[in-house]
Amino acid sequence: MIRATLRLCLAALTGALMLAAPGARAAIDIQKVETPGGLTAWLVEDHTIPFTALEIRFRGGTALDSPEKAGATSLMTALLEEGAGEMDARAFARARDSLATTFRFDASTDAVRVSARFLTENREAALGLLRKSLTQPRFDAEAIERVRGQMMANLRSDANDPRSMADKAFEAAVFGDHPYAIPGDGTLDTVPNLARDDIVAAHRGALARDRIYIGAAGDITADELAALLDDLLGDLPETGTPLPGDADPAFSGETQVVDFDTPQSVAVFGQPGVAIDDPDFFAVYIVNRILGGGSFESRLMEELREKRGLTYGVGTYLADRDHAKLWMGSLASSNDTMAQAVRLVRSEWARLARDGVTEQELQDAKTYLTGAYPLRFDGNAPIARIIVGMQMQGLPIDYVRTRNDRIRAVTLEEVNRVAAERLDPEALSFTVVGQPEGMTAPAN
Amino acid sequence: MMRALALVAGMLAPAGAIAEGQVTDFPLDNGMQVVVIEDHRVPVVTHMVWYRTGAADEPQGRSGVAHYLEHLMFKGTETLEAGEFSATVARHGGRDNAFTSWDYTAYYQRVAADRLGLMMRMEADRMVNLRLAERDTVTERNVILEERNQRVENDPAALFREQKRAAQYLNHPYGIPIIGWRAEVESLDRDAALDFYRRHYAPNNAILVVAGDVTPQQVRRLAEKHYGAIPANPDLPPRTRPQEPPQLAERRVIMRDARVGTPHLSRAYLAPERDSGTQEKAAALALLANLLGGGQTSVLTEKLQFEDNLAVHTAAYYGGTSLDATSFDIVVVPAQDVSLTDAEAALDTALAEFLAEGIDPDALERIKFQARAELIYERDDTQKLAHRYGRALTQGLTIADVQAWPDILQSVTGDDIMAAAREVFDKRRAVTGFLDKKELTQ
Repeated sequence: MIRATLRLCLAALTGALMLAAPGARAAIDIQKVETPGGLTAWLVEDHTIPFTALEIRFRGGTALDSPEKAGATSLMTALLEEGAGEMDARAFARARDSLATTFRFDASTDAVRVSARFLTENREAALGLLRKSLTQPRFDAEAIERVRGQMMANLRSDANDPRSMADKAFEAAVFGDHPYAIPGDGTLDTVPNLARDDIVAAHRGALARDRIYIGAAGDITADELAALLDDLLGDLPETGTPLPGDADPAFSGETQVVDFDTPQSVAVFGQPGVAIDDPDFFAVYIVNRILGGGSFESRLMEELREKRGLTYGVGTYLADRDHAKLWMGSLASSNDTMAQAVRLVRSEWARLARDGVTEQELQDAKTYLTGAYPLRFDGNAPIARIIVGMQMQGLPIDYVRTRNDRIRAVTLEEVNRVAAERLDPEALSFTVVGQPEGMTAPAN
Repeated sequence: MMRALALVAGMLAPAGAIAEGQVTDFPLDNGMQVVVIEDHRVPVVTHMVWYRTGAADEPQGRSGVAHYLEHLMFKGTETLEAGEFSATVARHGGRDNAFTSWDYTAYYQRVAADRLGLMMRMEADRMVNLRLAERDTVTERNVILEERNQRVENDPAALFREQKRAAQYLNHPYGIPIIGWRAEVESLDRDAALDFYRRHYAPNNAILVVAGDVTPQQVRRLAEKHYGAIPANPDLPPRTRPQEPPQLAERRVIMRDARVGTPHLSRAYLAPERDSGTQEKAAALALLANLLGGGQTSVLTEKLQFEDNLAVHTAAYYGGTSLDATSFDIVVVPAQDVSLTDAEAALDTALAEFLAEGIDPDALERIKFQARAELIYERDDTQKLAHRYGRALTQGLTIADVQAWPDILQSVTGDDIMAAAREVFDKRRAVTGFLDKKELTQ
């Protein structure tokens, strides 16, 4: 279990400031598997190691919650492993551990995600158990209260975590009335009021056959996978809760300061992004790599970290969400240097829009992006995740083979045109949590 | 993230028994040890150099210098400009980074297999040819202070772990944070970094680990060319640290911070580490951690979360791979209306019950089966295997120890585990910590 491993007590120190961008590629052979029951899955067969990684996504996620029921989908998802069929939570966990299979359930804003891995030697039994968790969860009162307590503990912890505070304040400011403005794990006000009926409704609404995406990789054939999927998912309802419409994110261009007594301020920033099916996508993707998407090589890292020592890390990424496309970034800097750091981000943003990039920067970005691509496909588990993500993004099955050519085809003129058109220093909006000197906090 | 402190969380990490022939090792003439882990599924390699030196090898008063040097290793050599190392890796489609712990410092690149020679050339170059500009060393010190802000000063739980660890070790430098105490980090400079570099960085103090689509023959040829040319350092200092005296007094650490949203308690018992040739007790402790706090079917979860609803989270860890004495850790996050004092009493009751009741044989069999299954799953992740060998070889173990570990785990009996538990669960060697909100009653 350990859903939401409580940040405070695990020694997990990874400050995941930088997110990778979308995509996939390499010398892998993706098969399309269509089941007799009407499901579609992508499969990469590899019989080297006797196990399979299976990734299932139900489009929708926490954005299906209404404001007053915020957290329902999250709580429901956490409860899928807390008892099913004739088994209570403890019996279910023992059965799962006895098979040495792993199921991970979690809810993002756009999807309920199920990650499973199972040994070939007991595949049937493992999938039988997974099937029960998806189709016959018990939602016992005891389990609901226990998991609710965990969610509340996490929410209280997040309420004092500057990064989490910054994310929530930024999204509330940008997304207005759209469900994206609502915290996916609910709030200290909504979670206590979620009833069992709300959880049952969230289950029925989220886990439906009209929104399933499936990726599998490992020791399984197409025929075996097809049979298994019909058995696994055949009993789910045909349709679920209607998906929300597109958001209309509002970027004021302002810097919003949230007062919080801590030595280092945390900033989250963003402006409008770009869709992966936009003809300019790859040019924008390259601009992002040069601006803030590289690890040590980006302009922002050079100006803020390498030259001035203002931060341990600054990064930007294209957030391709189902109902909003954003160009996001984040950084952390001491209270006495945050104002300078924000000014530098703004000036680099404007400089790239105005002056573009050099031919050398473009070539370096291309060789990195095309060379790094095949490194992602290094195991059954990552491959299954990548191919389910490709389906959710609507990418064609041969994308892996064409993606690098599309990057190589981008010209300096295109990159500099989109830099001027798409980088929007006027819209670039910041949320800063902390007590940054020289940046005023409005009454809050 | 980058140039990062290693996670030194200890969990049940069943080691190597890998498909026949997957792991090969040999020494170079200058004493550099080489480990090759083959995985030919994709044309990619991970190239790592691990030094047998870390934060626990620092001179007194210079805490953080091992990690500071790790950052500065990216600041240029006689032939590379500052930043050019990483830029070159990126230009070849690769990623690079480094990390520091108490017992080791490691540098790695992940890149297409046909670029291995270039990676070795650059890594061998900075093993001996580091050149540091004064200005870069000052800027990078500020980067590290911001890293410390981000990881520690901004997070009361991290500050609490530092304080608690300092109380755990009476004499051993494991009580000093890897990133260093803030005031000492502020006083680090170019000379301190270069002193540490000259003292510890040499081929006979390093281990090369290459994992991926390579053969041992290819690695040997390239390693002899690039690393083999560097002479051994005959003056390498012996690796002896101040050891712990008998610990006779229970310690308590109580910290309050206004930023704490969810209070928790944790206890760490000083515990023996895995030693070469004698890993049996450590194997028993690894299984004990799993039985007590390794997930939803564990003893503490059953007793504190399912039966009594006193806690929202419980966990136990044992970090067995360590050069010197390690710790066995337990964490309890109480339910909202349960005080830390009551939660501690419940923890003590649960531990006493466990010692009286003994082990459920079904639970032990489940855990052993999961450990056997892990030998299959872990073949999917050669980077993890590379880390395991690098850690083991810098922390006093041999390749034979790593490969014996899975069988040792399987041979542990319930009696072995109970004996290890009775030995380790002695509060005189433990620190119990409360991390609470600023106002004691809410």
